[in-house]
Amino acid sequence: MLGLVTPGFGLTVWMLITFVILMFLLKKFAWKPILGAINERETKIEGALAAAEKAKEEMAELNAKNDELRKVALAERDALMKEAREMKIQIIAEAKTKAGSEADSILATARETISQEKAAAQGEIKSQVATLSIAIAEKLLKGELSTDDKHKALVDNLVNDVNLN
Amino acid sequence: MKQTNRIKTIVLAGLSLLMSVNFYANHHEGEGHGTHKEGVAKEYNPVVTIMDHIKDANEWHVITTDENTAHPNHISIPLPVIIYDNEGLKFFMSSKVAHGHTHEGYKMTHDGQVVSVAGKKKADMFDVVKGNLSTDAVFFDLSITKNVATLILVFIILMIVFPKMAKSYKKGLVPSGVAKFLEPIVLFVRDDIAKPNFNQKQMDKFMPFLLSIFFFIWFSNMMGLIPFPPFGANLTGNISVTFVLALITMLVINLNGNKGYWGHMLWMPGVPVPVKILLAPIELVGVIAKPFALMIRLFANITAGHIVVLSLIGIIFIFQSIGGSLMAVPLALFISVLELLVAFLQAFVFTMLAALFIGTSTAEAHH
Repeated sequence: MLGLVTPGFGLTVWMLITFVILMFLLKKFAWKPILGAINERETKIEGALAAAEKAKEEMAELNAKNDELRKVALAERDALMKEAREMKIQIIAEAKTKAGSEADSILATARETISQEKAAAQGEIKSQVATLSIAIAEKLLKGELSTDDKHKALVDNLVNDVNLN
Repeated sequence: MKQTNRIKTIVLAGLSLLMSVNFYANHHEGEGHGTHKEGVAKEYNPVVTIMDHIKDANEWHVITTDENTAHPNHISIPLPVIIYDNEGLKFFMSSKVAHGHTHEGYKMTHDGQVVSVAGKKKADMFDVVKGNLSTDAVFFDLSITKNVATLILVFIILMIVFPKMAKSYKKGLVPSGVAKFLEPIVLFVRDDIAKPNFNQKQMDKFMPFLLSIFFFIWFSNMMGLIPFPPFGANLTGNISVTFVLALITMLVINLNGNKGYWGHMLWMPGVPVPVKILLAPIELVGVIAKPFALMIRLFANITAGHIVVLSLIGIIFIFQSIGGSLMAVPLALFISVLELLVAFLQAFVFTMLAALFIGTSTAEAHH
């Protein structure tokens, strides 16, 4: 029975040699590449997860930014619309005033023109009347101005008449 | 009863067909076997069978036919015998010393042990420690025994499986093939055995050692459970094997021991001087006791497993009845399945304790 718990020489030597060689060979050809590959994969997975998380955050940020932009755009649109409305009213009002004043000025000009034309026409009529009067007077005078008295009296009379007109 | 023996013979012969190694027949005549006569039952002694199996041997015994006759036919696989003695190195096959033959001053006992005809002792590790190394008194048996052959087989299997696993990662980082099955176990060793005891730098340093002992013990344990050659040898249940594993573990623990470890051992801080003096030898015993416990635990557990399974199978040959088989076979099956668990468990326990001890000896001081 003691033999069972006595390490034998041969097996101990073989075991020592074999196990040490096995350990070094496995270390070189198995454990290093295996653990390396597992580590590499874990790093990759971690990186991918972190990237996904980051992408998610970026997405959320982007969405928030989009919302803000939309809000700003909406506000801007509202402001523009309001401005446009105001401008429309203003333009209409301005146009109205301008049209009114233009009409007034046109009317004024027309009135002036009319009065000028009227005055011119009156003057022309006057001169026409004077010419006609002179022609009539000439004719009359030719007949009547036989005497100087009569002549003079008539001229005075005529001139007075004209002035009265 | 003759019929039972015939069935036994047929079953065992069928088993032997599984092997493609050349066998030789070994007729033992006389030598104390002469007491049994043809057709008369020899009382079956399971202890002999079990002890023959548990021990290492210079030949690989497969089966014995015609056991209850005057000429039992022992069928064994011959193994190379390498002996160093005062006449130098001797190399021959174990078949040369079988059949009770003597070759170059050596013969083989019934349980497959090569012994010196001149009565020289086979050197063991106690002789090495005691310095009893004179080749006049002892001879050194460096034979490829049953266990050495198994050891080489485990070596080959590990050297095929794990480099193959490593290669599979070159195709892509997703485990494929053998890596699919073994990666969780590698990760188990890394995350559940190594990680609690080491920091990242120490992990890189000690993981190859831990993985090597874990898979060596596990594969050897499982190979011992396969009940036909070239498997079934009691490798991790051999004290030489566990002795070497424990020795290497002890070296790794102590060669990597830092100041804090030796300080706590030789001059325990925080206790009065007399206690320091008292504690130092106790702590020093621990240097040997820890690996010694590892050695005994693995040896005893695996040997016990083999003994239990063989004892249960032995019941069949003791009772020599169907009833005996009906009881023994399910029980043996149950124990075999249990041994599958034990095979893993003992590999885990050995590796975990090794990691724990190395972790303590290399831990950074934090107080």
